[in-house]
Amino acid sequence: MIAKHEAVLAALLVAAVLAAAAVSPWLIFILTIATAKGIAVLGILLLLRAGQVSFGHALFVAFSAYTVAFLAPVLNDVALLLPLGALAAMALGLVVGAFVVRYREIFFGMLNLALSMVFYSLLEKLYTITHGTDGIRVSLPRFFGMALERHAYEWAVLVTALVLAVACAVFARIYLASPMGQGLSAIKTREARLEFMGVSARLVLLSAYVISALMAGMAGAIIAMTSRHVTPHLGYWTASGELVFIAILGGAGGVIGPFLGAIAFELVRVYAAASFADAWQLILGTTLLLVIMFARGGLWGLVLKLTGRRA
Amino acid sequence: MSGVLLSAKGLRLAFGGVKAADGIDLDVMEGEFLAIIGPNGAGKTTFINMSTGYLKPQGGEISFAGERILGLSPRAIVRKGVGRSFQLPQLFTEHTVLENAALAVASREGFFSALTPLLRPRWREEAMELLERFGLTGIAHTRADALNEGARKLADIAMAVALKPRLLLMDEPTSGVAASEKMAIVERLATVLRDARVTAVFVEHDMEVVGRFADRVAVWSQGRIAALGTPDHILNDPDVRREVIGIETGGSHAAA
Ligand SMILES: Nc1ncnc2c1ncn2[C@@H]1O[C@H](COP(=O)(O)OP(=O)(O)OP(=O)(O)O)[C@@H](O)[C@H]1O
Ligand SMILES: [Mg+2]
Repeated sequence: MIAKHEAVLAALLVAAVLAAAAVSPWLIFILTIATAKGIAVLGILLLLRAGQVSFGHALFVAFSAYTVAFLAPVLNDVALLLPLGALAAMALGLVVGAFVVRYREIFFGMLNLALSMVFYSLLEKLYTITHGTDGIRVSLPRFFGMALERHAYEWAVLVTALVLAVACAVFARIYLASPMGQGLSAIKTREARLEFMGVSARLVLLSAYVISALMAGMAGAIIAMTSRHVTPHLGYWTASGELVFIAILGGAGGVIGPFLGAIAFELVRVYAAASFADAWQLILGTTLLLVIMFARGGLWGLVLKLTGRRA
Repeated sequence: MSGVLLSAKGLRLAFGGVKAADGIDLDVMEGEFLAIIGPNGAGKTTFINMSTGYLKPQGGEISFAGERILGLSPRAIVRKGVGRSFQLPQLFTEHTVLENAALAVASREGFFSALTPLLRPRWREEAMELLERFGLTGIAHTRADALNEGARKLADIAMAVALKPRLLLMDEPTSGVAASEKMAIVERLATVLRDARVTAVFVEHDMEVVGRFADRVAVWSQGRIAALGTPDHILNDPDVRREVIGIETGGSHAAA
């Protein structure tokens, strides 16, 4: 069964992340960011099932991160900041989604991009509120009422991210198996037929969009709480593109792909930046090329192949 | 078996200079099988498209079960009980035949209601039972994009039937079906529809099928209904035979 296979691989991945973080504590930060991005990419994957690519989902990451930054002085606890940031992004997703699900393909992609760039400019220009490109610092929050010292806090956020990642992956699996989730690929192949079955294709897509905004919001909140510094760059179009890149790198065939992709992406970035300063973009581009040409299923597809399973 | 189910009055629709509907008046009676025949481009599909909300007529009225449906969306009309199948089958090509059927079954009851699997036992069983009635069990697990034309046609109709419509509009249900299988398939289809008490309108080019299964026949010609009556009457009409069926009748000649 693919389900059991996936569960085993997910457990191995979580164990590997925890082990790596224990062995080299400096990896905690990178792995937390990677896990967070994996959650956001999981949302991108849902939209990809419907054949739609959003080039603007960093909007929701940034919206949540700034929500956390603004609320932190008054509600300085992870237990409040995380859900509030995520829910704020989800609410924004509902509003933006109601508008963008009317469009498909290039228009869908570009509208998302346009809206995210509007928000990015606001973050940059409204200096009195956002401090522009300087961004906002987030003081060390409490963790469910406990005042932890920095190292313990970082561990706590990593574990929280992993718990959320597993929860989101399980949820995404259930969602994708349901009529609504299956309806996503129906939008891709024969949207008109859905309408002739009495089903609103827009509503199907909106459900995925809102979930994806929620997931991006979780990612944004985690990123804000672990980097403890939010800048407009979180919402820049390259950050949105990065999410799509990771989705393709990790593979859209299963819910673990986004996490494999995100971890590989962040690790390569760190090592590449350390060893060959300017080679990062080159490595990125070449990898994308190789994946598209030789491994359409991404890293997840390779894992399935290597372990003798088929998606 | 009584009363008007679908009523169209004075439907008009032109595409540029082409009058695809030029004053269509038609009452479909509850319980009947009504065949639509007519040459290519006569406006048969256009009639189905207007009746299902896909195209909006420029003039006229349409009501279903006594209720005005003109101007409603395809979704709203489907929910009122008007199903359709397509001249070109509209299947979800990344899904198997079973999943296609299950999606249709699920759409009838709570597509959005719960996060239960599409192939949960109840939906799966109903979908399988549906496929069995259509003789599609053998290809239940075949992806829709790997089917031959005849199977795609049948799966397409099965999906429409899954919605349990009161009225089913079928656009050329037998085109693409191998000649050798055609009668058996139509026989099966007619049985399914009769058992489910579905009123049916079907566009058909095969006069043998029309003669055997239709209660009434409407002849379409250049956006108008040129004749309407029993198969006996219509299929033996010399004008119809010449213009629609393309057969010159020996005995009777229409005035030139
Ligand atoms: N959406 C459209 N846009 C422009 N013209 C159309 C459209 N739909 C139909 N037509 C035209 O209207 C006329 C009637 O078309 P329709 O498809 O209803 O014919 P039909 O009787 O179903 O023919 P066939 O037997 O070939 O399926 C044709 O001339 C067709 O080209
Ligand atoms: Mg037609």
